[in-house]
Amino acid sequence: MARQLFILMLVLSTCHLALAQKSAPATMARIKGGTFVPLYGAGKTAVPVKGFQLDKFPVTNAEFLAFVQQNPKWRKSEVKRIFADAQYLRHWTTGQSIGTDAAKINNSPVINVSWFAAKAYCECQGKRLPTVNEWEYAALASETKADATNDEKFYQRSLEWYSQPNPEYLPSVQSSFRNYYGVYGMIGLVWEWTADYNSTMLVSDARTTESNNQQQFCGAGASSATNVKNYVAFMRYAFRSSLKPNYTVGNLGFRCAQSINTQLAKR
Amino acid sequence: MKRSLVNRAVYLLSVAIYSAGILSSCSTQASEAESVLSAGASVSKELPVVEAELTSPPQVPALITRKHPAKVIVRLEVKEVVKQLADGVDYTFWTFGGTVPGKFIRIRQNDEVEFHLMNHPDSKNPHNIDLHAVTGPGGGANSTFTAPGHETVFSFKALNSGLYVYHCATAPVGMHIANGMYGLILVEPEEGMATVDKEFYVMQGDFYTKGDFGDPGLQPFDMKKAMDEKPTYVVFNGSVSALTGENALKAKTGEKVRLYVGNGGPGMVSSFHLIGEIFDTVYPEGSFTTKSNVQTTLIPAGGAAIAEFKTDVPGNYVLVDHAIFRAFNKGALGMLKVEGPENKEIYSGQILDKIYLPEGGTIQEMPTAKAPAAPVAESKEERIALGKAIFARNCQACHQAEGQGVKGAFPPLAKSDFLNADVHRAIGVVSNGLEGQIKVNGQLYNSTMPKLQLSDEEVANVLTFVLNSWGNKGGVVTTEEVIKTKAISKE
Repeated sequence: MARQLFILMLVLSTCHLALAQKSAPATMARIKGGTFVPLYGAGKTAVPVKGFQLDKFPVTNAEFLAFVQQNPKWRKSEVKRIFADAQYLRHWTTGQSIGTDAAKINNSPVINVSWFAAKAYCECQGKRLPTVNEWEYAALASETKADATNDEKFYQRSLEWYSQPNPEYLPSVQSSFRNYYGVYGMIGLVWEWTADYNSTMLVSDARTTESNNQQQFCGAGASSATNVKNYVAFMRYAFRSSLKPNYTVGNLGFRCAQSINTQLAKR
Repeated sequence: MKRSLVNRAVYLLSVAIYSAGILSSCSTQASEAESVLSAGASVSKELPVVEAELTSPPQVPALITRKHPAKVIVRLEVKEVVKQLADGVDYTFWTFGGTVPGKFIRIRQNDEVEFHLMNHPDSKNPHNIDLHAVTGPGGGANSTFTAPGHETVFSFKALNSGLYVYHCATAPVGMHIANGMYGLILVEPEEGMATVDKEFYVMQGDFYTKGDFGDPGLQPFDMKKAMDEKPTYVVFNGSVSALTGENALKAKTGEKVRLYVGNGGPGMVSSFHLIGEIFDTVYPEGSFTTKSNVQTTLIPAGGAAIAEFKTDVPGNYVLVDHAIFRAFNKGALGMLKVEGPENKEIYSGQILDKIYLPEGGTIQEMPTAKAPAAPVAESKEERIALGKAIFARNCQACHQAEGQGVKGAFPPLAKSDFLNADVHRAIGVVSNGLEGQIKVNGQLYNSTMPKLQLSDEEVANVLTFVLNSWGNKGGVVTTEEVIKTKAISKE
């Protein structure tokens, strides 16, 4: 059983090799390892995050277009519904072009992509999606601090962004703030897919407690959050837990990560 | 050994989810609307199918006339919208149907409701709905957790009659409610409801903005104020002016009026009161049991009430949260305009607003003998400084801290054409009060300003302060001018 699934995983992750291994290190930033206390999933204890590489920018429409051009099965005309819902790339005119808005959004984060598509894209680059813990850890950083959890101004700015509806056209990936690690737009551009986005879910009704037996599968509920004041983290966890892997959403994009070991091995 | 088997099972399960794309689900989440519908065996097929008519506040859907249960389809769309919270103040509201409160839903006891929750693709956040009228886990919240650009469906049977609140229950729950995600669902009792002449939908809510009351611009949510339960605004129907001026509720004399009043909170309990009326009948806490002759009815956060009364006397009736600073300083004011012939037998003709107009010492006679000698201004600057304090005590409650007034209720003093056109008239107004309709900066006001018990010196000081503030034309009003003007007006 496990072996069959493993083979299936391999099949799913094949892609046009022309793109693979193409990434230059300059497009990624090194996130130094450390520990942090996630909102869910680890009690109140800090969890370690190993050092890793993270894309400086979310994947853009232009980059994703290049990917689907070389990998026809991820064009919106070809993609299987089980891997992406009907809204997949709905802001593009056709399977192979962005269309009339191209000039405005070429350099904006790609959205309306499913978890499967995001995962396939990263694998074609010889990368992977970041884990929730990696993503959350890197997102703690403000412009000047690796951990800005207690920086009120930073926190308020994040909360304000999460409260605003989407703009008609998303800005370019470069327009957002550059954080301590040199990563752009962790907060302020789009929500982002993570590899294990649903491993520590909120239940769909955010008020139930751990006594609810659903929690045994879903992780912890609102009352077991480590910091009930961390609304921005609540909103991210809530958003992730509303998703299914074939869902596509108009403000949900992604960026890729890479383990440090993989990189060393390649050299 | 046993433990490792469990671990292995968990491992296999997670591998299966990630690789095969089995739709991982927390619980009862809908995957696609269609699949839920086909699986939703609980909905009876014999019932007639009705599409619910939903209305935006202050409108209420028509009374239900059918005498049998139906299968009612409700489609509610979640939208995140920027709208006006007060004059010059915008806020990003999260809404059920584009308004605060959300659309009014009207069904009948024992109806079977097929509930569709659509989250607009432009939404930033996932949302769900907990309807207090639902019997079942989360009131539907479990089954309606909806990502932007998606739709979920669940069904329920309305077992209990009553007026119920619905709201969003997505984390952080307090923030979703504070941003306006609440509304009312009425479940009419099987025996039906009496017809009335007018029905209105009013819902109170408290808002927490980064800026103070009246600070202009797009105001973000202030989490600290929310957690401290110190609202910047307490309003009816999502905006300071939602029910005043042109937006006032309207009725004629002799009409029977029914108010459906909810309180979305999240933090405040409402002491709901209608100035100048006694509720003939209140259905407290939204339950179809009655109380007669109620002056003020308490509406808990997450609760509702129905209030009925007959309009006997024409005039403006003011809806307030009788925790009264909320009404005069945080926006919890609404207006019901009743038109028709006077009824002098019931009411002799004074304006009802008068009872509640400005707070503080001004409307009481001060025992002047005991009062310390008031300071006398020596210069324009001193007049302004002394006048500022007089303004804060006597004028600010209505005309507001920046002289901006409250649109439809209290005229502005800032950049006021009425004020700047005639300073002598202003002296008269402050000295003698003013009653009746005036036009200020293009807006009509029909209200009462009582005569203020101020000395001539104080009148001169407060007017000098007002004339030299908020873009007014400047100048000095002297004590002599006040005396002179008052003398002329007496003649």
